[in-house]
Amino acid sequence: MISHIAILMENQPGALSRVVGLFSQRGYNIDSLSVAPTQESTLSRLTMTTSEEPEVISQILRQLFKLIDVVMVQNLTSAESFSIELAIIKLALDTGEVKKIIDGENKISCNIVNEVDGFTMFEVKGESIAIDNFLSSLKDQEFLEVSRSGQLGMTTGMASLRTNDQTKISYD
Amino acid sequence: MTSGGEALIRALADEKIDIMFGYPGGAALHIYDAIYQQDRVQHILVRHEQAAVHAADGYARSSGKPGVALVTSGPGATNAITGIATAYTDSIPMVVISGQVASHLIGTDAFQETDMIGISRPIVKHSFLVQSAEEIPSVVKKAFHIATTGRPGPVVIDVPKDMTDPNHKFEYKYPSSVYLRSYPILGESDANEVKEAVKLLKSAKKPVIYAGGGVIQADASEELIQLSKMVGCPVTNTLMGLGAFPATDDQFIGMLGMHGTYEANMVMSEADLIFNAGARFDDRITNNPKKFGIAAKKIHIDSDPSSIDKIINVDVALQGDAKIVLGQICEEFKNASYDKSNLEPWWKQVKEWRNKHGLNHDMLNLPNQSDIILPQQVIQSLYKTTKGEAFITSDVGQHQMFAAQYYKFDEPRKWINSGGLGTMGFGLPSAMGVKFAFPEETVACVTGEGSIQMCIQELSTCKQYGLPIKIINLNNRALGMVKQWQDMQYSGRYSSILYEDSLPDFVKLAESYGHVGIKVEKFSDLNDAMEECFSLKDKLVFLDVLIDPDEHVYPMLEAGGSMAEMRISKKDRTF
Repeated sequence: MISHIAILMENQPGALSRVVGLFSQRGYNIDSLSVAPTQESTLSRLTMTTSEEPEVISQILRQLFKLIDVVMVQNLTSAESFSIELAIIKLALDTGEVKKIIDGENKISCNIVNEVDGFTMFEVKGESIAIDNFLSSLKDQEFLEVSRSGQLGMTTGMASLRTNDQTKISYD
Repeated sequence: MTSGGEALIRALADEKIDIMFGYPGGAALHIYDAIYQQDRVQHILVRHEQAAVHAADGYARSSGKPGVALVTSGPGATNAITGIATAYTDSIPMVVISGQVASHLIGTDAFQETDMIGISRPIVKHSFLVQSAEEIPSVVKKAFHIATTGRPGPVVIDVPKDMTDPNHKFEYKYPSSVYLRSYPILGESDANEVKEAVKLLKSAKKPVIYAGGGVIQADASEELIQLSKMVGCPVTNTLMGLGAFPATDDQFIGMLGMHGTYEANMVMSEADLIFNAGARFDDRITNNPKKFGIAAKKIHIDSDPSSIDKIINVDVALQGDAKIVLGQICEEFKNASYDKSNLEPWWKQVKEWRNKHGLNHDMLNLPNQSDIILPQQVIQSLYKTTKGEAFITSDVGQHQMFAAQYYKFDEPRKWINSGGLGTMGFGLPSAMGVKFAFPEETVACVTGEGSIQMCIQELSTCKQYGLPIKIINLNNRALGMVKQWQDMQYSGRYSSILYEDSLPDFVKLAESYGHVGIKVEKFSDLNDAMEECFSLKDKLVFLDVLIDPDEHVYPMLEAGGSMAEMRISKKDRTF
């Protein structure tokens, strides 16, 4: 089973390597990973998917939370949550041919970005599994490139992964 | 106005650090110049960076205060790694400061450059790369805060050389407190869980308290003893927990685990309640986790939530500081009726086990004693001579297990050994750290001829600073623990454990460093030699004891089995 984990961490050099390092140190696999700063510049948000067993997931969550740079951890899979992935694909086809391919797709939303010298780039949005399926349907095409964001997500409603706390150093 | 180097040392002093262990080098020169120009923090020059970290470690384990080591970049930093990993595995509070090449050179493969933050990442609680000289005081504050709270551990501060530039001055201010939003520190445990734990303790017919290093780290021995007395059940300590509960107390059943006593391992197997205080269900304890404590309910106190349900799933999880949580349990326990005499049948069973295969603590008076010295007898002679009151550091191997089994530690922080990582070479430098923490106390290092040679260069440091450590070398002319395994599992094929005729004359070696060496070959000389060793109060004495080379450590858990599956001697086993 795929688990989707969201992490809020200090936006500091080395923080990401601690998170990623933890996975290799303890023998866990990362399937996908996405990280960027949040609206608050001192924090980064990282979302990742892993296909470890549930009891391993609970250990992973605790180990992640133990990292000093990690502020909050949440298992999105065990909560009401929304998730989505973005992929950019480039094929050796012109725009008309790409349109034919994407017209029948209803589980993903597609949008052609550009065509240069007969190569068409388009973006695809949807659940990761739908993008997986779409990509495998393209396997007979002359495939040039795909770049995927990794699965992004957050819980629905009031629940959120955030903190108002600031790190404080006092001098009295 | 101070420079970064001065600020670093001043911050250590403001953190009430009065001693550090280290070795200078290019990237650390500004720091060493700052050390020279002050007298609040004493610097001890070791002979190898690994020893600096082990000495800081021994200082921390014995005193409870954080240890500090200072090394230079590159090889200085990498030499420190074994010491840092040792401290990390045993959760020892420590701050290691490493010099680094100047920030504009980082990443250029500069002379003596290594990525210390990267290399040390899996073996530190946290690490800092200093980004500006001005942040040094706050980085030091955070480092000590992290190293000493929660589950303690080593913190590395990597300091690029330009951060300590003596020409860059700024106003020094040391923070009075620090709060890290990403670092919650556990204190009290959930009250309902405490109630549940007490309920289980009161209803158990065959309870056992199993206490580990966490009790010592949290200075929670007093609370542990109080609870143990109220419950009246058998108490066992892990290798890291020796001294947490007094070994000479009637309720103590010895160490448990791989080389634990027969009765302790049987108690763990047959118990209906296992109360784990500050231990982590390490594989040297549980043996096969699938066969561990099958009939028992389990309670686990740990300051690190990731230790809970990691190896063994428990019925009651008490996350928090061991001292506070044990206090909560004592309070709760007091408030309801309890009859200790319900445990009489359990104690009867425990005593039967002890009578059957318990350790013989009177091996100095064996009938038919030959002149061959047994390693256990050396430890008992050491125990007798030091009245059980010495600080004992140890290296790793058979001698370590004999010391753990036969030296009865009645107080916490007296037994200093590398339990988790099993680092040979730890004994002598850690003894130096203990001696600096307790100059008036007796400090002995129990070692073997294999381990002692891994950091033997520190005999020179001991000479320079006049450290009258007693080195008790259990010399069996072989890497004994490996030999034991090769005897048991590889039909006695002794692969790479013998030295041929290459062992040094340890007496002459000690003398050449300016110390005293005594060699003992016969049992009849053992006690007198031990007395002489400790009567030379102001001297480091290297007592080289030639012991029976064929002795094995028993009991020994059988790999893959339950805790009841033990070898009792070369011939006897329980399975």
